[in-house]
Amino acid sequence: MVAAARAWEAASAVPDPEVPCVTVADLGILRSVEIEGGVAVARVTPTYSGCPATLAIELAIEAALRDAGFEARIERVLSPAWTTDWITPEGRDKLRAYGIAPPEGPAGKAALFSVPEVTCPRCGSRDTTRISEFGSTACKAQYQCRACAEPFDYFKCL
Amino acid sequence: MALFDAVLELADDHLVLGHRLSEWCGHAPMLEEDLAMPNMALDLIGTARTLYDHAGRLEGAGRDEDALAYTRGEREYRNLLLVERPNGDFAHTMLRQLYFAAFMEPYWQAALSSSDSVIAGVAGKAVKEMAYHIRHAGEWVIRLGDGTEESARRMQAAVDALHPYAEELFEAGAETGVLPSREAVRPAWEASIARIFDEAGLRAPSVAYPQTGGRQGLHGEALGPMLAEMQALHRAHPGATW
Repeated sequence: MVAAARAWEAASAVPDPEVPCVTVADLGILRSVEIEGGVAVARVTPTYSGCPATLAIELAIEAALRDAGFEARIERVLSPAWTTDWITPEGRDKLRAYGIAPPEGPAGKAALFSVPEVTCPRCGSRDTTRISEFGSTACKAQYQCRACAEPFDYFKCL
Repeated sequence: MALFDAVLELADDHLVLGHRLSEWCGHAPMLEEDLAMPNMALDLIGTARTLYDHAGRLEGAGRDEDALAYTRGEREYRNLLLVERPNGDFAHTMLRQLYFAAFMEPYWQAALSSSDSVIAGVAGKAVKEMAYHIRHAGEWVIRLGDGTEESARRMQAAVDALHPYAEELFEAGAETGVLPSREAVRPAWEASIARIFDEAGLRAPSVAYPQTGGRQGLHGEALGPMLAEMQALHRAHPGATW
């Protein structure tokens, strides 16, 4: 396997520290891994301006690359800004299986006062209600299913 | 140095408002809001960090984000007076948030095409976060304004108290070529506020003497104690890491 592919394999397997069911590649925050002058350069885009996990994610990717035998460097890329559209289909399935409703529909400019229809990750009902705009982490909101009564996290669509 | 000053002003706005919001942590009127306000504070402080880092590089004098945030005194802070206003009751906090976010959302929208790649990058992230803040604060302003007699009275009291600070949002700084015109944001801000006030049954008072001076370092008495608390640890243990 060529070095770049091996480096990608190592970096892309790093789990998200707050949502460990998905990897940084599933979330789309690992933008690329390239070999530049013998150094594996991983480019990472933070999810939110103040995401407290950003540094932990960067350190974990750097460690994974070193473990795979690379000299490693992390570059934080702000533009273009991360959007939930970058979460892979596989990542969405993993979130659902973990009990987190993945973002619904394409990210657009959030309409004032619109509340998205969210599907319950447990029973699949669309009869759900928002409990709180903010959840256990900055990227999630709290919902509850009216059909099965289960409260769940919804990965906000941004 | 016009760009350094302008980026520093923006960074100060975000840090001071972020710190103010964080003061609610553990004291919010309900659990959801206890999660919501620190979450919004994180957005603001995250934006401030990137802006301070950028400002430090523009200045080229070796000051990093910590030096800019923790070792400048009150008169060196250039934030808007609006964002340093004490939290007051929940109505005051939500109105302050609405006024700021309703300005920053269209401002960052205009900054998306900035030739400064850091500014454009920050804008791409912040524009979505500010849309969220408008929605959150706007819903509360409507709910309280259009709520009980007591909630409506307190919401209107917050409008009367904070409206004199709104004009400073539009104060022009030096021309930088890479940051949007603040005055150009006025129509969008006024439209957002009018729509929400209309639904909330609130009246914007006429303001004879707008409160300004933050950009010149002339602050109200509330900023000093806030900075003292925010900076105490860093000043007691400069350069400490853990």
